Amino acid sequence: MRKRFVSRFFLHLAIIVLCVLWITPTLGLVVSSFRPKNLIALTGWWEAFKSSFQFTLDNYSHVLNQGHMGTSFMNSLIISIPSTVMPIIIGAFAAYAFAWLKFPFKEGLYALIIGLLVVPNQMTLIPVLKLFNTLELTGSFPGIWLAHTAYGLPFAIYLLRNFMQDLPVSILESASIDGATHAQIFFKLVLPMSVPAIASLAIFQFLWVWNDLLIALIFLGGTKDVAPMTVTISNLVNSYGGGWEYLTAAAVISMIVPMIVFFALQKYFVRGILTGSVKE
Amino acid sequence: MDASLIWRLVLAVVGVPLLLSGYIILSERFMKKRDRRSGNLRAVFWLAPAFILIIVFYIYPTITTTIMSFKDANSEHFVGLENFVHIFTDRNMLIVLRNNVVWLVVFTLATLTLGLVLAILTDRVRYESAAKSIIFLPMAISYVASGVIWKFMYDYQPQGMKQIGTLNALLTALIPGFEPKAWLFDTQYNNQALILVGIWMWTGYAMVILSAGLKSIPTDIIEAARIDGASETQILRRITLPMLAPTITVVATTLIIDVLKIFDIVYVMTNGNLDTDVIANRMYKEMFNYHNYGRASAMAVILLVVIVPIMIMNIRRARKGGANA
Repeated sequence: MRKRFVSRFFLHLAIIVLCVLWITPTLGLVVSSFRPKNLIALTGWWEAFKSSFQFTLDNYSHVLNQGHMGTSFMNSLIISIPSTVMPIIIGAFAAYAFAWLKFPFKEGLYALIIGLLVVPNQMTLIPVLKLFNTLELTGSFPGIWLAHTAYGLPFAIYLLRNFMQDLPVSILESASIDGATHAQIFFKLVLPMSVPAIASLAIFQFLWVWNDLLIALIFLGGTKDVAPMTVTISNLVNSYGGGWEYLTAAAVISMIVPMIVFFALQKYFVRGILTGSVKE
Repeated sequence: MDASLIWRLVLAVVGVPLLLSGYIILSERFMKKRDRRSGNLRAVFWLAPAFILIIVFYIYPTITTTIMSFKDANSEHFVGLENFVHIFTDRNMLIVLRNNVVWLVVFTLATLTLGLVLAILTDRVRYESAAKSIIFLPMAISYVASGVIWKFMYDYQPQGMKQIGTLNALLTALIPGFEPKAWLFDTQYNNQALILVGIWMWTGYAMVILSAGLKSIPTDIIEAARIDGASETQILRRITLPMLAPTITVVATTLIIDVLKIFDIVYVMTNGNLDTDVIANRMYKEMFNYHNYGRASAMAVILLVVIVPIMIMNIRRARKGGANA
């Protein structure tokens, strides 16, 4: 019994130590973002609660007004929302075809989608950038919407096709016998039944686009008025050097939306990850 | 935000889906009028929007990049294997390749091991979901924000000054005579310091998947082993790990694909200076700083070639799964 007690003790200790280690970096950032400029540079964030207990919102008002973070926050939203909606609808059409239609080369085309899941974006950047330059899409929102839509498609098709394939055949067949067209079956039956998969996919794609740096850097070309938060913050890091008061506040602002999505929709997020990697 | 922007946003969020739905409904109406047997045309209608984008954003660029990797900086003349020879012989490029290998090995092994340990440990306590949420949280944070978080953790002040970076403060407090380190500047530690950020971000992912795999192992097998007198270590080595093997493979391949492309952490924290560069960041520099499209393409091709075996494996596995379904 004593041995069991000791091993339980070390089990709890190990988990708690790891959790503390994992949360500390984020905690330090959040606490620091509310500390006055002069204190951040002089004392560690853990001393904030010890002596002076001084907190402020100045860092936030500065980065929002002068640091372009207000504009960037809007830009991140403007980039992320269409880039989430479009691959879902286009992916759903293709997924429906792969799950429920018969056509030649189906296996081969689906194998292509699976293959594209792991093709590094790097392989496509230069030709797409050249194409965008020719079409004057570089530095514009429609350009980056298209890019994110395309780059999100293989995963969207894969995830939705897996889900749609497992829908009960009987319901769809009886609808078909009743004379429903494929469009009716898709919009009235398959799409509503696929809501759990669509929710997972939406969260995934939204977070992916929201947190993306590379695609934005390349296709938005560093223009300030279209830059999302990731680009603005990475510029801040390079130019400010040690301006921790603004950097920490900017980083926290960029984390707010993902945190809300994460805590509110964790169930779907985890389900999406599991479908993406475990189920074949 | 000006009015034309709002208009475009509405168009993209509402207009495009409506337009696409209209397109599908119209094409189905068209199909109805025609011979019902021509089902192939129907598939073309349903697949066309996706495949047009895939051709423009994947197929055409992949072919073009491959061709460009055999051409000079401006893609004017073929130079044979020159770009590849440069990548595999130039001193700086070899450091880039070495760093990617270090990332690949250290990041993948550490993330897998930590994820596995956490999956096994949290499985045994009642506050499992709370503990898992904490570990999983960094998964929702961008690489950029994580870079800021850890740059702050690694902050360095010369010895004798007050340390505001958590790591140096902690170590100077715990270890007598510890000299604060410039984690991101000292070439002895900086790569490891960057890799740690990646591990911090991805351990939650490995844990969540492995934990799901762990829970799918039938409890009666483990119970039976326990009744037969097997120790916990034996159960772990003989039952749990072998049965988790397929899940471990899936996690490992995902981590490998991700780590090969690692970009943001390096770009934000060191921009590849002081021997910390990696393929994706160097490729970005080749594109925008040196304007050498040949070398940039060659680096992308190297990434793809390394990933091809995983791609083939995935396709085979999907085929097998398809046959069973």
